[in-house]
Amino acid sequence: MSDLLAARAQMALSLGFHIIFAIVGIGMPVLMVIAERRFLRTGDPVFLDLTKRWAKGTAILFAVGAVSGTILSFELGLLWPGFMEFAGPIIGMPFSLEGFAFFTEAIFLGIYLYGWGRISPRAHWWSGVMVAVSGAASAVFVVIANAWMNTPRGFRIENGVAMDVDPLAAMMTPAAFPQVLHMMLAAYAATGFAVAGIHAYLILRGRTHPFHRHAVHIALMVGAPAALLQPISGDISARYVAKWQPAKLAAMEGQFRTERGAPLRLGGLPDEEAMTTRWAIEIPKALSLLAFHDPNATVAGLEEFPRENWPPVAVTHIAFQVMVALGTYLAAVSAWAVLMALRRRPIVANRALLRALAVATPFGFIATEAGWVVTEVGRQPWIIYEVARTADAVTPMPGLQFPFAIFTAMYIGLSVIVILLLRRQLAESPREEAAAA
Amino acid sequence: MSGDAGLLTLALAGVLLAALLAYVLLGGADYGGGVWDLFATGERKERQRALIADAIGPVWEANHVWLILVVVLLFTVFPPAFARLTTVLHLPLLLMLIGIVLRGTAFTFRTYDDRRSGAQRRWGLVFAIASVFTPIMLGICVGAIASGAAGESWGILARVQACAQAGDTGPECEGARQAATFGAVYVQSWLTPFALGIGVLALAMFAFLAGVYLAVESPDAALREDFRLRALVAAGATAAIAVLLPLASAGRVPIVGERLLGAWWSKPALFVTAAVAATAASALWRRRYRLARWASAGMVTLLLAGWAAAQFPLLVPPDLTIALAAAPQATQRLVAWVLGLGAFVLVPSMVYLFRVFKGRPPAFARMEARTTVRGRDHRG
Repeated sequence: MSDLLAARAQMALSLGFHIIFAIVGIGMPVLMVIAERRFLRTGDPVFLDLTKRWAKGTAILFAVGAVSGTILSFELGLLWPGFMEFAGPIIGMPFSLEGFAFFTEAIFLGIYLYGWGRISPRAHWWSGVMVAVSGAASAVFVVIANAWMNTPRGFRIENGVAMDVDPLAAMMTPAAFPQVLHMMLAAYAATGFAVAGIHAYLILRGRTHPFHRHAVHIALMVGAPAALLQPISGDISARYVAKWQPAKLAAMEGQFRTERGAPLRLGGLPDEEAMTTRWAIEIPKALSLLAFHDPNATVAGLEEFPRENWPPVAVTHIAFQVMVALGTYLAAVSAWAVLMALRRRPIVANRALLRALAVATPFGFIATEAGWVVTEVGRQPWIIYEVARTADAVTPMPGLQFPFAIFTAMYIGLSVIVILLLRRQLAESPREEAAAA
Repeated sequence: MSGDAGLLTLALAGVLLAALLAYVLLGGADYGGGVWDLFATGERKERQRALIADAIGPVWEANHVWLILVVVLLFTVFPPAFARLTTVLHLPLLLMLIGIVLRGTAFTFRTYDDRRSGAQRRWGLVFAIASVFTPIMLGICVGAIASGAAGESWGILARVQACAQAGDTGPECEGARQAATFGAVYVQSWLTPFALGIGVLALAMFAFLAGVYLAVESPDAALREDFRLRALVAAGATAAIAVLLPLASAGRVPIVGERLLGAWWSKPALFVTAAVAATAASALWRRRYRLARWASAGMVTLLLAGWAAAQFPLLVPPDLTIALAAAPQATQRLVAWVLGLGAFVLVPSMVYLFRVFKGRPPAFARMEARTTVRGRDHRG
């Protein structure tokens, strides 16, 4: 493994690990705030119990998110000092704003987790709202910084140095809105479906306590609308990629040749040597239609770009297929649940739906990870699209395989411990109806 | 770029120092709490640990964000300094990060894992050891910067990079290449007696702060005495290192000999710092805990200010000045706005957090405390 590959692997692993906890930090506060609101309005202690148990799980996951986020802020320099020296003044703004959002989030989470009985119930609820709002704001700012790497704006280069730096223009790039929208919806969908899935599974296992029914309902209130809106957001993203990063779109779709009325390929395995994508189900003209809203539009293939500027095609294409497949599944299950709710049928009495939910527990997270693989791997070989190459930004320090090994071991260890702790929490959750008395 | 930094640049450098100071005063004390968890002894051992956990629990994550702010400000406003330091201090920063991860997660895992003693002891040990280890690494990084060791190592690396860029293979460049060994660039940048000394000083200082804060927050006299004693021990250690380290390294580390001890302001500054330190110690001795808290925080502030003044106008000695490292004006102006906006949200939130958990308990919480046993399970 070369030093560059080790650095990329460590960054990918750190981001992939942190994203899970970041998502939970965005989504869970919303669920807790809804549950606590129900308690304040109805006085039903089950909602209080639900809020407190969710808060415990969130506390564990938030702590891991806070420290893994710290690792990332240092890794920007530990692994890519050249990139940060160039980009720091340009995209430091969203990072600074994120710093304050994270501050607010951490402060009010502390108040929320430890403030039971110390502050009034109303102040406690508002602390939860602050956590939810600042958690969302943090994510918005970080994604804005990433969007700049896809569509860099707000500077010009003179002798390798950034001149005329305009940090505001660097925040308002073409990629910013589509990426932020897609990620926020992903966060709410992933958290909602993970929570709904866990409690649906517990109901299927015979836990009849209303605790779990309420949990599924609240989780779906957040997850289902997000999952239903995600295809629209995906369409916005696809059209943005088609316009601004055509090489990435070609890799996502396994489109090697430039084509009028290009087909949409479902599945398949791109072969870079043969310049073809094999074994895909092709829907005629569908790609042109989706990317440009015109069935006869011309889609640029990878042949338009020099070979050294191709992203890894197979990885990008497969990750994209995984994301779309799982997202479609979540949208379909959401539609099912919404129909049931509209016809006033009890969702939790339908065992088929519960099973569909239980299966979907990890899907939102996997889809989000796959989506980040699409956007990050699809941007290669550039660290800043068409401005700077990843290979030129890596730290000169040799032996990067060792830090990579250390972090890998640490992330594996943390994952195992978090899973065990969450299982402990779930084992203690209410069981039978009778226990409510 | 001009040799002198503008007012805005100096103000932003001041904010950077203030953020680091906040991290030391608040986050540092959380590490110090972990140190006293490790050295919890006597019949009140478990109560000491419970108090530490109660004191740290609600605030450590918020306190930790000061470090993130330092990092973000550094790469936004002084990007070359960030790039150089993260390059040559890769190894100590890596070790510090491992410490940060283990401290934070082990503390949280202990809070939410099995209440039985086995799991509690295991997490407690990881938390406590990481709380000792991390401040040492942080101090080493500061010492490496202040002494110029980190900057020297960067110079060795930069010469090689300049040769490679120019395609020069002459004897001078060959010499530069041979000098740029892994040890010279990535190890000697921080593994020096002075940096290690600063590491131990940071540990003693954090333990001292924690001891004083915990004495203030102790619910009863016996526990308060425990932490008073601990704070006095840490105060002695801090004073000893703070006096001996400069004397021992004055000849070898130029920043100490020429700038810290030799400047026109040295004598009055040392006098004031010593007076504040003596106030802290005597207040602790006389059991005037609130005064001790103010004086100990003042002492730490003066120590950091002394470091900054000695280094000024250098950001990364021996050659990177604040002015040379500064980002473009447009970025600086916007960062100033963001800081103002951020402070507008942060200050009231921070005040609220500390009033809820560190102020006098509100009436209804006092009432509740009378009816329930004070223990760790109150968090729900």
